[in-house]
Amino acid sequence: MAWVNRDKCAIVGIGATPYYVRGQSWPQTTDQLAGEAIMAACADAGIDVKDIDGFAYYSGAGAGYTGKMDTADFMEQLGIREVGFTAALTSGGGGMAGTGGLATAAIMNGDATYVVSVMALQQLPQSRLGTVFGQAAPTAHNSFMQPSGLVGPGHLMSVLARRHMHLYGTTRDAFFEIVQTQREHAMPRETAVRRKPLTREEYFASPMLADPLCRLDFCLETDGAVAFITTTAERAKDLRQKPVYIHASRHGGTRAWGRAFGWMGMPDPTFASSGHKPVADRLWADTGLTAKDIDVALLYDHFSAMVLMQLEDYGFCEKGEGNDFVLSGKLRYANRKQPGAIPLNTHGGQLSEAYIIGMTHVREAVEQLRGTAVNQVEDAEFALVTGGPAAIPTSGMILRR
Amino acid sequence: MSNYGPASALPGDHIRIATDPYTEPFWQAAREHRLTTCRCANCGHCRIPPTPYCPECQSNRIEWPDLPGTGTIFSYAICTKSPYPDVPDFVYVPIVVDIDGTQGHGARLVANFVGDADEVAIGMKVKVVWTSINDGWELPNFEKA
Ligand SMILES: [Zn+2]
Repeated sequence: MAWVNRDKCAIVGIGATPYYVRGQSWPQTTDQLAGEAIMAACADAGIDVKDIDGFAYYSGAGAGYTGKMDTADFMEQLGIREVGFTAALTSGGGGMAGTGGLATAAIMNGDATYVVSVMALQQLPQSRLGTVFGQAAPTAHNSFMQPSGLVGPGHLMSVLARRHMHLYGTTRDAFFEIVQTQREHAMPRETAVRRKPLTREEYFASPMLADPLCRLDFCLETDGAVAFITTTAERAKDLRQKPVYIHASRHGGTRAWGRAFGWMGMPDPTFASSGHKPVADRLWADTGLTAKDIDVALLYDHFSAMVLMQLEDYGFCEKGEGNDFVLSGKLRYANRKQPGAIPLNTHGGQLSEAYIIGMTHVREAVEQLRGTAVNQVEDAEFALVTGGPAAIPTSGMILRR
Repeated sequence: MSNYGPASALPGDHIRIATDPYTEPFWQAAREHRLTTCRCANCGHCRIPPTPYCPECQSNRIEWPDLPGTGTIFSYAICTKSPYPDVPDFVYVPIVVDIDGTQGHGARLVANFVGDADEVAIGMKVKVVWTSINDGWELPNFEKA
């Protein structure tokens, strides 16, 4: 059945700071970065920042593992008069693509009119995400994980990647293809942190941080902020930009994935997956679309192997066939969509452009559907954006031109 | 294929754990070198980490059986960077182990493999070895069975 709120709301503004290599955004503060992104998004939409009356966050309104996004602080600092909605999806980056749904809920419930979703990230030495689990204080539950030395998200997901390789014969060649494809996509982009061509030799010489994943399979460690504004499709008509409709947005997942690599209890075949299949199934049911209808895929790429598993879970290929699908080269950008191809992370993604806990993917989707992307997919009509494979919720959003 | 050589467990003097009323019996047994699991006294479902309710039957009744201390590697990674700034780099192998004597999923352990890193494989049978850690606790790790 069609999603009840299909195309009823639209993303009307997007804003971002420059992207910085980890730590280099200092002495700006996260509030400053977030404020810059919010004001840029408002300017893009053609609204006054004081028109904002709702906030829809993810990651528990956290900003990395140490920062926070706080509505009262934003109101005070930006002069926002009154809000009727302020809420966050729980857990981490998994909910990123669900923020469009949360904003839609706020608007369709009559709680708010212009809802902003924002993420700012600043990774100073004491707040690096890459080793966050190793540095965390012991708790009753992490004491069953932390002593193993799986110190960061990439270490945890390397264990899932290994199982996928074991079950389906997946190879590092496929991970390399994802990384190199995205690097090529980043090369023409001024915003990208990594723009040099990547050779096969370079990839296979990269240190194995957690075999089977090497450093180049891990996303960038960057700073910056991205914000987007959602309002009704009605209001969107009168604003500055061509509306980008929220065709469907879902978050959630099943217990089989549940706590995911925070516990490693998932049965096969969920263990060697992205956990996204339940969300994917709902999005396809919501829209009547299939993977074949998607023009550009902005899949959360904190680690290359998890992109391959999302391709399977969203049905771009069959479960277990991700290796051959990726190696067929179908992920590479071509301005005119080739049959069976799906241009992947045309902005370079978090592996090569920047990592702002997924929000750069929303920005790229909006640019693609407005027709202003650097690597523009001709006539792009539907973009799929996903949140991170992580503890529930995972999330996905289909945006429409 | 890389040649990683011997893998050791993380140094025990760098490891601290915390407990709560539900996890403490696991660690008290470990102190005596007994591997146990949180088993539902109503339906027999096993779960690690120990938590208040059984996800299968919602019972709060728990028992702590002695397990054989063996298991099978379900998946693993090989890491080469020291997690600690004051410890030089070394090879360690985090493993996910399906524990013998438990049933269903959810009673896996995540630990270190101690031995030849190049020999580790999914499906390998392993047995527990104990690593002394801070505050007098003992940590279950595994070697080839
Ligand atoms: Zn039970």
